[in-house]
Amino acid sequence: MSWLPKSPKARRRLTLLAAIAPVLALAVGLTLWGLKDSISFFYTPGQAAAAKPKPGQSIQLGGLVRVGSVVKHPDGRVEFDVADRIAVDKVVYQGDLPDLFREGQGIVAMGAYRADGVFEARQVLAKHDERYMPKEVADALKKQGEWRGDGMAPAYGKAATP
Amino acid sequence: MIAELGAFALALALAFALAQLVLSAAGRIRRSTVLAAAGEGAALAVFGAVALAFAALIHAFVTSDFSVANVAANSHTEKPLLYKVAGAWGSHEGSMLLWCLALTGYGAAAVAFGRSLPRPLKASMVAVQGALATVFLAYTLFASNPLARVADPPVEGRSLNPLLQDPALAIHPPFLYAGYVGMSVVFALAVAALIEGRIDAAWARWVRPWTLAAWSLLTVGITLGSFWAYYELGWGGWWFWDPVENASFMPWLAATALLHSAIVTEKRGALAGWTLFLALAAFSFSMLGAFLVRSGVLTSVHAFAVDPTRGVLLLIILGVTSGAGFALFAWRAPKLAQGGVFAPVSRESALVLNNILLAAATTTVLLGTLYPLIREAVTGEPISVGPPYFNLTFTPLMAALAILLPAGPLLAWKRGDAAGVLQRLWVAILIALAAGLLAYALVSPRKAFGAAGLAMGTWIIAGGIAELIERTRGFRVAPAESLRRLVRLPRGAWGMTLAHLGLGVFVLGACFETGWKAERAETLPLGGALDVGGYHLVLDAVSDVDGPNYEAERATIRATRDGAPICVGQPERRFYPAGGQTTSEVAICYRGASHLYIVLGERRETATTPVWLVRAYWNPWATLIFLGPVIMGLGGLISLSDRRLRLGVARRRELPA
Repeated sequence: MSWLPKSPKARRRLTLLAAIAPVLALAVGLTLWGLKDSISFFYTPGQAAAAKPKPGQSIQLGGLVRVGSVVKHPDGRVEFDVADRIAVDKVVYQGDLPDLFREGQGIVAMGAYRADGVFEARQVLAKHDERYMPKEVADALKKQGEWRGDGMAPAYGKAATP
Repeated sequence: MIAELGAFALALALAFALAQLVLSAAGRIRRSTVLAAAGEGAALAVFGAVALAFAALIHAFVTSDFSVANVAANSHTEKPLLYKVAGAWGSHEGSMLLWCLALTGYGAAAVAFGRSLPRPLKASMVAVQGALATVFLAYTLFASNPLARVADPPVEGRSLNPLLQDPALAIHPPFLYAGYVGMSVVFALAVAALIEGRIDAAWARWVRPWTLAAWSLLTVGITLGSFWAYYELGWGGWWFWDPVENASFMPWLAATALLHSAIVTEKRGALAGWTLFLALAAFSFSMLGAFLVRSGVLTSVHAFAVDPTRGVLLLIILGVTSGAGFALFAWRAPKLAQGGVFAPVSRESALVLNNILLAAATTTVLLGTLYPLIREAVTGEPISVGPPYFNLTFTPLMAALAILLPAGPLLAWKRGDAAGVLQRLWVAILIALAAGLLAYALVSPRKAFGAAGLAMGTWIIAGGIAELIERTRGFRVAPAESLRRLVRLPRGAWGMTLAHLGLGVFVLGACFETGWKAERAETLPLGGALDVGGYHLVLDAVSDVDGPNYEAERATIRATRDGAPICVGQPERRFYPAGGQTTSEVAICYRGASHLYIVLGERRETATTPVWLVRAYWNPWATLIFLGPVIMGLGGLISLSDRRLRLGVARRRELPA
């Protein structure tokens, strides 16, 4: 292998490079490919109405659960409305709702719109703790002026902040 | 009164930390042993003061002193004692104090155990630790004081989030923080080495035990958290690639890489710069984790109460400390001496490859975690990166690592013999292939990926055993002689083998569970039944239960297989009036290493009878997922007890100052 550099140091560098290059290429390739296919956008119903995601495209729908809209069927299906100031979407979900799911509360539903415009959720997220609102929901509602102050923040936690 | 004493102790700790920084730095600059010793004394005093403050916080929680804001927000008189104590670190403020306790505890330990360190290096290290302690104590005292009082104390507290009232989660933060913050010693050592401009085998030997200790504790801490999420959240999963999980996983990956590269630096003097870089990176990832978890910039299912101003402060701390570390690295590292030369096929090369793969994996996790932030900053659209991304990027890199792993320990330093290694591993190769083919042929439904994963797990375990046989010259000398060699193996060797076996056990469990788990969800009336994974579950009864601080519905579900009774599970759905919150208590039937996992959901009324949502999972070999990392952690601790790590490195006679 006379074409290799003579100095052992340069040889070591070359070997290192030969080992790093394929791993790096693999990692970069996978990362780009993965990021293209497995990101999902977040919309509130109003934003979704404007952005018009295709039926079947996986997105996250966030907003407030409309009071009085939750219908729980005996076969395990749940229907409820998720709303922001602009639009309301009907969501259907098969399964157990998170423990913190409440009417009037902010949630994020992961799933896709059906062709008839109903949102079919694969997963519904509320937070571990009822004091918090999902960040995207809070941000989106703040932008729309729907936010009613930080009433959700823990009252005593506030007192601890000088 | 005690809370005030605690707050005072915290302020005192900050003053001591500042003194530690100034005295040690002055001691280093003036080469004065007296000043350096005073700095070390201050390091011990900081720990004492923080311990006092922490004791005061625990006292406030145990006695339900609701005039302390943090106690009022996170405790309740009816809570069991364990969770009153655990409440001390269940909130942001309390957990920051726990962080400081770990930080100063490690600082004091480094002083106490560091007698064999060269004096200038030690003084620099203690000064850096003083700087870290100053920053974090100042943050805790001024931005999130856990001992602050409220003007009009409430009669009753708001209680700890019931999901967190769990034994595994009660001890999860101490382990996790002991792991996270343990990297601070390594960070301080790295910065000190950069200041001194010298790095050698003795330095690497010093880095190893601290990395090992922190890594072992972090491994156990992450596993406890994962186990908690598995049985408490009731989602049937154990890892969700959630930002907070990733935040704990990145320091672990960096520490794993560091553990391996430090071996090369210690034994062969090579890779010194890279080892330094990893030492800086590991603690930087710990701080990044603290920032991600507390700032709420990323949506997570496990977030603390978030406060943007605190987030900004933590970001500044992260930027300044690791920024300074890496700037110093960029400035001084090129001047460090280069180490030994090695052939492309050698133990060094194997460890380098391990590091390349681990670093690439860490980077993909980092990118996936931060991409939503970057994307939102650039385009303003909120997005999320889901588990498919991580499965796609992380898994192939880890698979490559798993395939190469058994060969590494069998390769010789400097120049290895690839053919010889293959010759020693061919039995392991055959066993792994057989296991994969058997799994592919016999387990239904047929899954190629699952079978490949099982082959890989078997390969790591068989390779580890082959390595043990090689070390003890098994089958080549008399069995008694092999046994004698086995007993006499250094603990470091045992630790490595155990850690690798643990990884194999984890891979087996993770691949089997992911490949062949089954899930069913149905609404059942009393007497109703569902089938999952070959088991027949019947909802026999639902009763009301009155717990210490909750009310619950408890279902009695009978599981049978082919008519034979297997077990009775009693999942609960609990309502905690203090927080107005509902949680589910999962019932798990252990069948060997597999779990039959039953969740009781909501009650729904129909025209005639009430029905309950019941979800059941068949999670085959799920125990291995949690057992594997525990074996890994144990391996780390055994390795830590190796005499070689405790023996003083030959030290130079110090010149009088």
